Amino acid sequence: MIDILNILLSESFWAASLRIASPLIFGVLGALLCERAGVLNLGIEGIFVAGAMAGWMAVWLGAGLWGGVFFAMLAGAALGLIHGILTVPLGLSQHVSGLGVTLFATSLSYFVYRTSLPAVSSPPRIEPFRALDIPILSDLPFVGPVLFQQTALTWLALLLVAVIWYVMNRTPLGSALRAVGDNPDSVDAQGLSVYALRIGAVVAGSSLMALGGAFLTMSAFDAFFFGMVNGRGWICIALVIFASWQPGKALLGAMLFGAFDALQVRLQTEVGALVPGQIFLMAPYLLSILALVIAARRADYPRALLTPWFKGQR
Amino acid sequence: MGKVLALKGLSKRFGSVQANEAIDLDLNKGEVLALLGENGSGKTTLMNMLFGHYLPDTGSIDVADRQGSLQPLTLGHPQISLTKGIGMVHQHFTLAENLNALDNIVLGTEPLISFKRNTGSALKKLEKIMHETGLFAPLDVSVGKLSVGERQRIEILKALYRDVRILVLDEPTAVLTPQEADDLFDNINTMAKSGLSVIFISHKLREVLSFSQRIVVLRQGKKVGELVTNKTNESEIAHLMVGGGVKSAERETCTPGKAVLQLNQVSITGRSKRDSLFDQSLEARAHEILGIAGVSGNGQAALASLIAGLEVPENGSILIDSSEIEKPTPKKMIGAGVGRIPEDRHHEGIIGTMNLADNLIIEKLDDQEIQNFGILKRSKIKTNAAHLCKSYDVRGPGVDAEARLFSGGNIQKMILARVFEQNPKLILANQPTRGLDMGASAEVRRRLLDARKNGAAILLISEDLDEVLALSDRILVMHDGNLIPAETRDRAQIGLLMAGTAA
Amino acid sequence: MRIEPRSKVSKTLIISVPILSSFAALLIAAIPISFAGANILQAYQEMFFGVFGSVFSFSEMLTRATPLIFTGLAAALAFRARLWNIGAEGQLYLGALLSVVVGTGYFDLPPLLLTPVIILCGAMAGAVGMAVPTFLKVRFGADEVVTTLLLNFVILIFIQMMLEGALKDPMGLGWPQSSPIVEEAMLPKLLPRMRVHSGLILAIVCAVVVHFMLSRTVWGFRVRAVGENAVAAKYAGIPVHRSLFMVAIFSGALAGLAGVSEVAGLKGYLTADLSPGFGYTGIVVAMLAGLSPLGVVLAAIFIASVFVGADSMSRAMGVSSYLADLVVALSLLSVLVGGFATRFRIVWSKRQPGDNG
Repeated sequence: MIDILNILLSESFWAASLRIASPLIFGVLGALLCERAGVLNLGIEGIFVAGAMAGWMAVWLGAGLWGGVFFAMLAGAALGLIHGILTVPLGLSQHVSGLGVTLFATSLSYFVYRTSLPAVSSPPRIEPFRALDIPILSDLPFVGPVLFQQTALTWLALLLVAVIWYVMNRTPLGSALRAVGDNPDSVDAQGLSVYALRIGAVVAGSSLMALGGAFLTMSAFDAFFFGMVNGRGWICIALVIFASWQPGKALLGAMLFGAFDALQVRLQTEVGALVPGQIFLMAPYLLSILALVIAARRADYPRALLTPWFKGQR
Repeated sequence: MGKVLALKGLSKRFGSVQANEAIDLDLNKGEVLALLGENGSGKTTLMNMLFGHYLPDTGSIDVADRQGSLQPLTLGHPQISLTKGIGMVHQHFTLAENLNALDNIVLGTEPLISFKRNTGSALKKLEKIMHETGLFAPLDVSVGKLSVGERQRIEILKALYRDVRILVLDEPTAVLTPQEADDLFDNINTMAKSGLSVIFISHKLREVLSFSQRIVVLRQGKKVGELVTNKTNESEIAHLMVGGGVKSAERETCTPGKAVLQLNQVSITGRSKRDSLFDQSLEARAHEILGIAGVSGNGQAALASLIAGLEVPENGSILIDSSEIEKPTPKKMIGAGVGRIPEDRHHEGIIGTMNLADNLIIEKLDDQEIQNFGILKRSKIKTNAAHLCKSYDVRGPGVDAEARLFSGGNIQKMILARVFEQNPKLILANQPTRGLDMGASAEVRRRLLDARKNGAAILLISEDLDEVLALSDRILVMHDGNLIPAETRDRAQIGLLMAGTAA
Repeated sequence: MRIEPRSKVSKTLIISVPILSSFAALLIAAIPISFAGANILQAYQEMFFGVFGSVFSFSEMLTRATPLIFTGLAAALAFRARLWNIGAEGQLYLGALLSVVVGTGYFDLPPLLLTPVIILCGAMAGAVGMAVPTFLKVRFGADEVVTTLLLNFVILIFIQMMLEGALKDPMGLGWPQSSPIVEEAMLPKLLPRMRVHSGLILAIVCAVVVHFMLSRTVWGFRVRAVGENAVAAKYAGIPVHRSLFMVAIFSGALAGLAGVSEVAGLKGYLTADLSPGFGYTGIVVAMLAGLSPLGVVLAAIFIASVFVGADSMSRAMGVSSYLADLVVALSLLSVLVGGFATRFRIVWSKRQPGDNG
């Protein structure tokens, strides 16, 4: 028990939690934008892969780190556009289209990676984002090491939580997005375009998801591996329900998740001899399922989620 | 008084249906015009062309600009109709329930890309409008928490906020109590006096006669009459509307028999008072139609779910033929001899993508008549279906066609066939004629009266008070989850009970 | 331009759309092939002869199609009831796991009995694998898409744990793999010196049985009713939850059989890379088949051809075999768009559709 307490009080633990949470924050915010507008985006897992690949490759080809961020988001936006067109004006099954985008994005990323780098035994590395070290502030006790061990992308993730909260709750665009996910007719009757709002939300949300992937190759690691996303996208889909589609709760959910994951890694080193390591590896997925089971009945789903809307039919 | 609107020769065809044919219509400033016609007569299509939802095949529309001179309207663009001062309040509200009224009203009136909403000035303008018209509604509560009446007021405020000069209301009183409807028309009159022109769509003769200045009657897509309200009478417009074709069903006298359905102090707690039932008892007897009047959303859904077997009561008991149904399910209720006509026939009544024959057997899948050891008797099912279609006059693309391809009236007849074929002891008829044209409605009513004659007990839930009055032997009024027996057949008295204000 | 629902869906369209979509996906593959710097015509040629060039290559394709028929049926059946079973991958591994547990000699059964017992156990394990998320859906409202997806990861890690622990083959030279299934329990081969095995026959029988159950029985009627309008089905007295559970059990069992057939028909033992995503590919198979059980057989053959052909082309020309996954993903997206064309038509005029009220 004392050990767990020691872990919970350590700076490195919280720094690790925030690091693990960062890609999830991007992913949950992206899923939140799509679903608030009424579109489930199961392309998320593949968009993570594509973002990871595109960002990494852009940097590797010399585009610079922020260039990598740009290309990752561009890849995400393009995939989001495919999903948006298939599900919004064409009104096709959001489940199937999303899975199709995931399969497409994943296989395309792998194909491009394999084709560009045919036979390398160890993946080439890039120089990833470094921790933002702000003098004086990073010397603060506890907070300093936790926050100032993080890279610019983690800061961006935290900033986006605030931005998206503000946009959703305080601007006309946010009202329109929430309305289109609740009752598209309300938006249509006021002369706004349901299609533009929904596709826009899916494109923007998808580029955030791609950022989550880019975090993996450009901040957490410095290379691209097959299978590196490993279900993080699906975890975000569970977390967004847990978060009731609220940006603040999304941050909380991602942090809880990161903390749990960081804790299990540390526990593993402590009790690793007693329990097979795989028990700990399963934990994040089981935890997500648990979160879903707890939250599902109480969740206040956007009413028009999964329901296609066609112009001129009411 | 100047003309503010002129529809000239508007026609619209959908496939083989001529929805509107060469319709002319004028509207003056400050006038309240009633557009009367039965379901399917083309009223909504006409107004949807005005509002830009549909593009007419032929014809043109002129609208007065701010200075009052008539200008041609660009057709087929709701956005343009909105900016020309035309507002429409749809029968199905177009409100986002997760936003408050203010956000709903302001939605789309300001640039989307902006750092904040200009709630201050919007609020000021709305308060002015509310005081001028008497249409009050809470602005800072999520619309999902508001009553139907409040939502309707918000819909109207939404239009007024955009400075409309012409307001179209589609069946505005369908969801209101008689008193609420009177209040609404008072407000409309106030607005008209200050220069607003109003068209309201209705199929209710009474309100058309009481609250309009002029009446335009549509039948089968054509304009069949234009009358000044205080120079006409009910029988004249009824004749114009129906074309004199439909006879109303004869109601023979029957002596009620033994109790078929008994509810003893049953309760259901729904999400709100509106879909709850509190400690209610009732009895429906053979040879009797028991009418449940009330504005929809006062517990009728809970009562209907209970009798359909969809809900298990928290306490109290349900008895059919004096034997208690424990933990009711749809299957147990069907087995006990309850025939159910659902409120939402497209959603609850049929499986649109399965064919008509399959929809006819869906309530008797265990019956040896249609299956052998779990294997369907395909040809038997088909011949049965063809036979039922004939005796219940179900018309459409055939028994092999998907049910969704049939018209609303024929879908309802299909449901009647499914229900009456089983010779039910008790029939739950929930809004059985809603949305049907007069011919189909008359057919449904005739079948219900026949069933009554043959000894069934019928529980008729309807928000159409005229229907309840015409068919029922006894009437209960539903309000906030309570059933109150109506002592008289007086409209006003029942109206007060519907509003929950009677002593 | 406007979109109008078709009042009647023509049979020709229903059949031609998946075929056209498949070919469209193959054609689009020319872009990545040329991106990889290969001769496009030669690549298609290699792919074609990689499947139809010899009896052996054709049999390899059928071997590849076998698990895809099972997982395709699992998806098609579940999707018919609008139960989104995306967990066929995990259920496949559960089926494989249990068949290895009973098949490697822990139970002393006569060989004649052992094969059916393995098949039954594998099916049961898969069934349990889908019954759990269905329970979570019915009881707690937890979306089965997410739970089945996440369970795939849990199950795979569990398999790894077993292969490094309790089930590890002591003779396996340290590799994480299970002991082999006893020789007598293996599914018989269909052709000498080829890998294609009787799992294929079992798969086709399953397709016929599922087809019959869905189209001719009261059970299938209930499943279709629940899938197409659960509200009306419930109103009509059809037990919706029970029907969903039945579908879940059969769907999971079919996915479990894919695992049995791979282990007992092909590999002989279990490893953690038994399936290269057969469960996910099964979804594409089901969609290409328009959720028709008999169509699943044909769709599985098409997808298996793409995989085997692309593998052979990859060996000959050095184009990454991820091309096959890309074609599979593209055929899913194009059949989706094609499905739109069967249900709607686009009318190039400004008239609006609508009701007449």
